[in-house]
Amino acid sequence: MKLHEFQAKDIFRKFGIAVPDGELVTDINQAAGVTRKINGPPWVIKAQVHAGGRGKGGGVIITNTPDQAVSSAKALIGKPLVTKQTGADGVMVHQVLVEEGLEIDREFYLSMVIDRSTAMPTMIFSQAGGMEIEEVAEKTPELVLKEHIDPIAGWMPYQARNLIYKLDPPLSSESVKSMMSAMASVYKVFTTFDCSLVEINPLVTTKQGKVVALDAKMSIDDNALYRQKNLVELDDPREKDPLELMAEKHNLNYIRLDGNVGAMVNGAGLAMATMDVIKLAGAEPANFLDVGGGASEEMIKNGFEIILKDSRVKAILINIFGGILRCDVLARGVLAAAEKTSIPVPLIVRLEGTNVDQGREILKNSDLEFLVAKDLSEAAEMVANQVSGAS
Amino acid sequence: MSILVDERTRVVVQGITGREGGFHTKQMLDYKTTVSAGVTPGKGGRKFEGVPVYNSVQEAVDKEGINVSCIFVPPPFAADAIMEAASAGLGVIVCITEGIPILDMTKVANFLKDKNTVLIGPNCPGIISPGKTKVGIMPGSIHRPGDMAVISRSGTLTYEVVDQLTRAGFGQSTCIGIGGDPIVGTTFIDHLKRFKDDDGTKGVVLIGEIGGTAEEEAADYIRQEFNKPVIAFIAGRTAPPGRRMGHAGAIISGGQGKAEDKIKALQEAGITVALNLATLGETALSVMGKN
Repeated sequence: MKLHEFQAKDIFRKFGIAVPDGELVTDINQAAGVTRKINGPPWVIKAQVHAGGRGKGGGVIITNTPDQAVSSAKALIGKPLVTKQTGADGVMVHQVLVEEGLEIDREFYLSMVIDRSTAMPTMIFSQAGGMEIEEVAEKTPELVLKEHIDPIAGWMPYQARNLIYKLDPPLSSESVKSMMSAMASVYKVFTTFDCSLVEINPLVTTKQGKVVALDAKMSIDDNALYRQKNLVELDDPREKDPLELMAEKHNLNYIRLDGNVGAMVNGAGLAMATMDVIKLAGAEPANFLDVGGGASEEMIKNGFEIILKDSRVKAILINIFGGILRCDVLARGVLAAAEKTSIPVPLIVRLEGTNVDQGREILKNSDLEFLVAKDLSEAAEMVANQVSGAS
Repeated sequence: MSILVDERTRVVVQGITGREGGFHTKQMLDYKTTVSAGVTPGKGGRKFEGVPVYNSVQEAVDKEGINVSCIFVPPPFAADAIMEAASAGLGVIVCITEGIPILDMTKVANFLKDKNTVLIGPNCPGIISPGKTKVGIMPGSIHRPGDMAVISRSGTLTYEVVDQLTRAGFGQSTCIGIGGDPIVGTTFIDHLKRFKDDDGTKGVVLIGEIGGTAEEEAADYIRQEFNKPVIAFIAGRTAPPGRRMGHAGAIISGGQGKAEDKIKALQEAGITVALNLATLGETALSVMGKN
């Protein structure tokens, strides 16, 4: 789960990480009043969307008068913002953050993630702030510094010194202090809220020597949301695809893609591999849908309904390898969904594994029209034929 | 032959009275796995399907001489369950549970560092040595005893692969699902090292997916040290970056974890990569020759 910048900054403030003075504007009529309350000029108007690349996409505007602030807010709110992470249609901007502009001395990059190979929380720090860290890592890897953290001992001050005293030119002694405190706080935020990512880019030193987080990104580990109930309220459903939102409510793993072949599969690995097979057969998958290893009839029904709601879908492939999920359960779920809605596109079914004979029997004895594929390669061919025939 | 589990394996099921634990205990018993004990705190003294239930793993170890644990407890309690099994001295722990918070797993990984325990999973189908024992949730019926090993990050995808192997005439020595989470107890390399020394294993099928760099690291190890044929498959060539594809660990982030990079690394190490899942059985035939 991702937080918005303003939500992450609220948390930063509570944990002693300095952020610019700022306030959220959801209604353009508030923009002038809010701007007058905030220290300026200049003011910075920032679109609040989850997608990255806002700066280059025109989602961050620097203004020098309250009037400009209002017109900037107007230019953003209620309109789609296209960045390189959003796709051509962009994402709708519903709110902007109005912030004081600061006199920046230097820009840094600071983030915290879990490093998979060492299984340790890891702080990443660079003096090449304000740029994309992947790019920095590729071109100047020596500028990307890392500290792995013992999960039992936690973040120790020596680790901050390891990072900070490598800087060239060095920081002023006052900035060293604030930087050390910011690093310790980032670790605290990361562990307190079960984050999978905390990222500040840029983290700046001001002309006055203060260390301030100009930006803030926080992602929460979905597996830990059961113990982060307060954060769940911060989730913004407007940022999500409606079909994905529906799937989330039904505990289904569904991701919308650009193609026209709907797919329902049990298990994430097999679902990914099925998408790949569809593509290899010359068609494009419309979605990733993993109904899970132990899906119930109800979940199958819900999953199938979501695929049917996608108007781009020209053919549907069901690929089930029964293990925990029995093929007869799958068959009944599909029939339950088919009872509610007609299926206007060709349906190809490939069943294998536990109770496969019962599953095939149930489908055969129903009114449902479908094609049976004996194995995966035949299934993919059938799908490709159906799609090319339809177009 | 086989690795890690065989006919001498005596299993304790942690979470035996739960829905999943109960169902799969029956399935394991049907496969003739020796399930010697179950653990559900507070339900000690009962029996489940004839299997004695204890309050703690230590008690089960003391009374039943078990050596392998299979964990089905829900995510909030799973890290605790793994540590309990490790501290009771079990040599192999199989954690089926999906959805353990990653910060909990950093603590588990740290806890296991100085223990003599092999953790398989979490978020995995388990391990099976066909004809001998099954510790996990895979359908036993698709497996046959034989000399191909399978190591995989996935569940049902592994069943598909095993099914194709069996149909192509290849039985299996041991099949291991190492798990789909970002932090797992054992990697491809840990098990490749064991299969290298296992006389009963003639070749290995390695099934990877997007996310992380475990496949690249395995390719490096295989090129330098592994002396048996390896056939690989990588899922997720069509997966978009930045999205979690079902498994918590299956995500392309920061330009890392792409299927193409993994396939390239494997191919450069001389490994045959099946590009189409549907042809994996055929690929195995062409690499291994007909048995």
